[in-house]
Amino acid sequence: MTQINRLAGGQVDQTKTLNFHFDGAAYRGHPGDTLASALLANGVRLMGRSFKYHRPRGVLSAGSEEPNALVELRSGNRQEPNTRATTIELFNGLTAQSQNRWPSLAFDAMEINDKFSNFLTAGFYYKTFMWPAAFWEKVYEPIIRKAAGLGSLSQQDDPDCYDKGFLHCDLLIIGAGPAGLSAALTAGRTGAQVIVADEDFAFGGRLNAETIAVGDQSGADWAAQSTAELGTMPNVRMMSRTTVIGAFDHGTYGAVERVSDHLAVPDAGKPRQILWRIYTQRTLLCTGALERPIAFENNDRPGIMLASAMRSYANRWAVTPDQQVAVFTNHDDGHRTATDMLAKGVNVAAVIDTRENAPKIADCELIAGAQVFNAQGRLGLKGIRLRTQDGKERVIRCGALGVSGGWNPNVHMTCHQRGRPAWNEKLAAFCPGGDLPQGMLVAGAAQGDFSTAAALAKGAAAAAAALSDIGISASVQAQPQTEDSEVNITPFWYVESGNGRAWLDQQNDVTVKDIKLAHQENFRSVEHLKRYTTLGMATDQGKTSNMGGLAVMAELTGKSIPETGTTIFRPPYTPVAIGTFAGRSTGADFRPTRLTPSHKWATEQGAAFVEVGMWLRAQWFPQTGETHWRQSVDREVLATRKSVGVCDVTTLGKIDVQGSDAASFLNKIYCNGFAKLAVGKTRYGLMLREDGIAMDDGTTARLGEDHFVMTTTTANAVGVYRHMEFARQCLWPDLDVQLISTTEAWAQYAVAGPNSRNLLRKIIDPAFDISNDAFPFMGCGAITVCGGLQARLFRISFSGELAFEIAVPTRYGDALMRQLMAAGEEFDVVPYGTEALGVMRIEKGHAAGNELNGTTSAQNLGMGRMVSKKKDSIGSTLSEREGLNQSDMLMFVGFKPVDSNEKVTAGAHLMAKDTLANAANDQGYITSAAYSPCLGSSIGIGFLKNGGDRKGEIIRAVSPLTGSDIQIEVVSAHFIDPEGERLRA
Amino acid sequence: MHDLIAITPLGGTTAQTDSFPGLGISEQPNWALASVSARHGQVATVHKIAPSLIGTDLPEVGKVSCGSEMAAFWMGPDQWMITAAHDAHEDLANMLRTGFTSSASVTEQTDGWARFDVEGENTVAMFERLCPLNARAMTKDSVSRSAIEHLGCFVICWAAGHRFSVLCPRSSAGSLHHALCTAAKSLG
Repeated sequence: MTQINRLAGGQVDQTKTLNFHFDGAAYRGHPGDTLASALLANGVRLMGRSFKYHRPRGVLSAGSEEPNALVELRSGNRQEPNTRATTIELFNGLTAQSQNRWPSLAFDAMEINDKFSNFLTAGFYYKTFMWPAAFWEKVYEPIIRKAAGLGSLSQQDDPDCYDKGFLHCDLLIIGAGPAGLSAALTAGRTGAQVIVADEDFAFGGRLNAETIAVGDQSGADWAAQSTAELGTMPNVRMMSRTTVIGAFDHGTYGAVERVSDHLAVPDAGKPRQILWRIYTQRTLLCTGALERPIAFENNDRPGIMLASAMRSYANRWAVTPDQQVAVFTNHDDGHRTATDMLAKGVNVAAVIDTRENAPKIADCELIAGAQVFNAQGRLGLKGIRLRTQDGKERVIRCGALGVSGGWNPNVHMTCHQRGRPAWNEKLAAFCPGGDLPQGMLVAGAAQGDFSTAAALAKGAAAAAAALSDIGISASVQAQPQTEDSEVNITPFWYVESGNGRAWLDQQNDVTVKDIKLAHQENFRSVEHLKRYTTLGMATDQGKTSNMGGLAVMAELTGKSIPETGTTIFRPPYTPVAIGTFAGRSTGADFRPTRLTPSHKWATEQGAAFVEVGMWLRAQWFPQTGETHWRQSVDREVLATRKSVGVCDVTTLGKIDVQGSDAASFLNKIYCNGFAKLAVGKTRYGLMLREDGIAMDDGTTARLGEDHFVMTTTTANAVGVYRHMEFARQCLWPDLDVQLISTTEAWAQYAVAGPNSRNLLRKIIDPAFDISNDAFPFMGCGAITVCGGLQARLFRISFSGELAFEIAVPTRYGDALMRQLMAAGEEFDVVPYGTEALGVMRIEKGHAAGNELNGTTSAQNLGMGRMVSKKKDSIGSTLSEREGLNQSDMLMFVGFKPVDSNEKVTAGAHLMAKDTLANAANDQGYITSAAYSPCLGSSIGIGFLKNGGDRKGEIIRAVSPLTGSDIQIEVVSAHFIDPEGERLRA
Repeated sequence: MHDLIAITPLGGTTAQTDSFPGLGISEQPNWALASVSARHGQVATVHKIAPSLIGTDLPEVGKVSCGSEMAAFWMGPDQWMITAAHDAHEDLANMLRTGFTSSASVTEQTDGWARFDVEGENTVAMFERLCPLNARAMTKDSVSRSAIEHLGCFVICWAAGHRFSVLCPRSSAGSLHHALCTAAKSLG
C-alpha cells in the first residue's frame, strides 16, 4: 500500500524504507516512524477495538498516554500484547496484529456488545447475572471475560533476557523537552553527575513536534544541538527510551530502559530491557503536560485525536491522518494545529472553538462559540456535526478531527509519595502541590509553565537551585529567544449529548453517562467513582480521561474540581512487563546455587542431587544395575552400618565463637550447660527460642579455652548466626565474644561405620592417636592429614555408628574425598547421600528439621531435662509454661507398622484404633518416615500424646492425603543400638 | 608436605580467566584470608601490634591498607580481614593468632571466600548491572559490602573506576562468576 497520507519533511528518513505488516497486510514506513505514524501514513485509521463494547478505534494520541491503539506486537514467543502503536518504533520486518476482535478488525462479531450497551453500563456486573448464583463462576464470568479484554499471551517462554541495574547521580532529570534539556545543560556544565531520562527515542519532547523556533533555529534543531553538547559531557548520562516509572523512598527512582525494543531481535547476550534503580540526591521533573480531549457523542471515531497529536504526526512524522481535517478546541493552543496543518498543505475545513470570542489565528474558517456534538463514520471519521452559536446545526466533512480541551501538567510522579496536586484556575488544570517526594523539583509544562520560553528559563533555574541545595554552584546562562505566549482558555469538558454516549475513558469504555449513573447511585467520591465505573483503571491509568471524569462529577455534585479532587497516582507510570521486574532471576538463575566441596567428584559418580536451601547435596549414588533410588539408598545404609560410609556434611552451619566470655555466651544461647565443657570435647546442644520452643540443635566443640566451633542445621545456619549476633550485640554487649561464620571455609565429611577408625588411620598422620582411649566419643581436636595438612577431627555420630567428622580447608575437600574413597577400598567404603543419612538418623531416632519444626519444645522432643535449671538461657523460663508441660503433651516416639509390609507415611496423623479419623480425635502426627533396610520394615518417628507411656500400644496412622490408614505400634524412637554401644566403640 | 591437590572455587586446578570488551574477570585462588576481631578493651593493643605483623596499619572504616606482603580491609566494628599470598602465607591465621595473642580473635577464612578480580574500562558499567554499590564513586583502597546475585560480597577498589576485587562465599563462586560474566556480556 502506498503512503497516501505521507507529507514532506518531518524527522523521518524518507530516503530509507522499512517494510512491516499489520493484520497480515504489508505496509511501508521510514526510520523514525512509530507504528502509529506509519499506519496513518498508509491511510490506516482503524487500529483497534475497545475493551468492552468492541467499538472501532484509532489513535487518540502520539505518545505513551495512548488508550486506543493497542496491538499485539511481534509473533511466536516474542508476541507482546497491549503495546501502544504510538510508542512502537518501526523496524524492518515488524509484525503487529490488532487485538480483542473476531474474526477481523473491520468486522468484529463482538461489536454486538455495543448494541446492548444499556445492559452493560457502569457496574453492570454488580446488578446482573445474579441468578442462579452457581452460574456466576462457571458460566457468566467466563463469558464476560472472553467478551472483554485486551491482547492475548503467547503461552510460550519469553526468549529474551532482562537486566536490572543501579545508577547514582547528583541530579536526575526526568524528561528531555525544552525544560529538561535546558536544565541538563545548566547542570552538566557544573561537572555534577547528571542523568537525563526520556521515554522517547528522540530527545526534545514537544520541540520535535512543534514549529516553534528557538533562537535562530528550529526547536528540533536546538534540541538536537543541545543533545549533542550533552553527549560530550562525561558526567551526563543521556538515557533515551527510558521511562522513569516511579518515585520511591529517599530519592530512589525506578526506570525502564527499552534497550532492544526497537530491534527485531535483541543482539546476542544483550537484554531487551533494563530495570534501573536510580539513587539521586535531587530530581527535576520535566515531564511536560498531556493534552486532554473534549467529550461528545461518538468522539471515539477513528480519525478523532488530540489536536497536539495531529500536529505531532504532521510536524515530526510528516503524516496527516486525512487530507481534510478540522479542529475542535476551547483555547488558543488548539488553533496551532490548524496553522501547522495548513502549512503542511493539508486542507483544514474549520476551527470550531467553544469560546464565543475566540480569536482567529489560523488561515481557515473559524466557527466561534460552536460545539461539535456528534461524529459520523463507524470505521473512520467521515464528518462532524456541530451546533453553532445561533443554535443551528451544521455538518462538516472531514476525515480527521483534532480536539483540544486544554493541557494537564504531568503531575503523576509528584504524587507517588501520596502528595496531592493543586488546582490552578488560570490554567484550568492541576499543578504539582507542595508535598513533593523528597528532593524533587518541577519545571516547565509539568509545573504549569506552558510557554517554551518559560520552560527553558525555569528548567535552567530549577537545575541550579537543585544543585545549590547539595552544595554545587551553577551559573544560569541567558536562554535563546522563543515563543512565550500566554494561556488563554475557557474550561470546557464535554458536550451535552442527551441519550448519546460521549466517551471519557476510551480504554475502559467509560462515558459521561456512566459518570452520571455513578452519581445517581451515590458513588460520588472520586475513589468510588473510579472503582464503580472503572474510569482510569486501564493500563493508561486514565491519563487522558481522569480530568474529564472528575470535572463531570464536580458539575453533578455542585462542587468545584479541586473539592472533588483526584484519585491517587501510583507507579508504574506506564505498564512494565513482568519479565522486566524479574530481570535475570529466572529459571536456574532464580537464585544462586551453593556447591559442596565434593560436588565435582559426586557429579563424576553420577550422584542424584537435591536442593537443600541453596545447596545442591548428593542425594544418593546410583550404581550399575540399580534402577530405583531405594536400591541405592538401602545399599548405602547397609554398607555403612556393616563397614564404612562417607558423607559430605559441609553444608551444616559452622560458627566460630571466640572471646574470653565465649563459654558464658554459649551457656546463654543453649538451654543445656556449656560453661564446663572441657577443651577437646564436643557436646550436643539445643537452643530454644525466647518462647521456649526448640529453635535449632547441633554440636559445639571446644577447641581452646576461649574458642568454640558451633555447628547448626543446614537450614538454620543463617538464622542461628543472626540470632547469635543479635544476642551478642543487643542482649549481652558486655560479654567479650566474637562471632564469624566458617561454614564455607572447611570441607567436612562424616566417616561412619565400624571401619571408620580403620579408614581414617590411613588418612590421619600417625602422630595423632584416634583410638577409643585417646580420642573417645565426643572428642575433638586439631590434626594433620595426608602428610601435614592442617585439619580438624570430631568424634560425633548422626548415624548411630562409630563415626567421625573430619574437616580440611575447602580447597582440599575434593582431594580428601578422593583419598578417603581410595583408602577405603579395602573396607568396601561407600559414599552416602542425604537419603541414607536420613534413613540412618531415623533408625537412630535423632531429631532433625521435621521434628524441630517451630512448634515443638524440648519436652516434646524428650529433652526436657536438658533445659538447665541452674542457669538462665534464652527460652528456659518460658519453657516452663504450663501449656508446654501438660501430662498428655506430645512426646517424641517411634512407630512401626503392625504389618511389616505396610508403609508408614510422614505427615500421617495418629488416631486411636476405633475412633473416627478427625481433628477432635487427633493424638499426634508422624514427622519422619523411611524404609529401614536394617529392620526390613517401614518405620517412623513423630509426636504422640503422652507417647512416653504408650510404648507397645497399637494405634492408627491416618493420611487422608495419601489415602492410607494403617495400624502401627508405638515403640522407642531408637530403633538401632538404643544403648549407644556402637558409637562409643 | 601433604599430597592433596587443591581445586579453585570454580572447581578447576588452575584459575579461570574470562575476557570481554573492556573487561577482564579472573579467579584469584592464591589468597589467604584471616579475620581479626579485637577483644573487649583491646582495640588499641590490636592497632599497636598490627604493623609489626602485617606491615601496615589496620584501616579505618571502609578502607584498605596495604603492606608489602599483606593487606587489611575493614569488615565491621573493630574487625578486619587480613589477606596475603596463599603460597607464602598458607598459615596466615596461626601467624596472626600467635602475634595478637589474647588481644584479638583470629579465624581462618581463606577458603570461606572466592575472590574474583575485575579490571578494565567497563568495570563500573558491569557493577551497575550487578549491585546497588556506587562503584564509580569508590576510591583507591576502599572497600564496601554489597549484595551481588543475592550474595553478601566484599568489593575492594584497587584503582578507581578500573580495578576491583569481589569476594563472595566460596560455595557460590559459580553463581557469582556466572553473574559477573552475564553482566559483562550484557554491556553494550
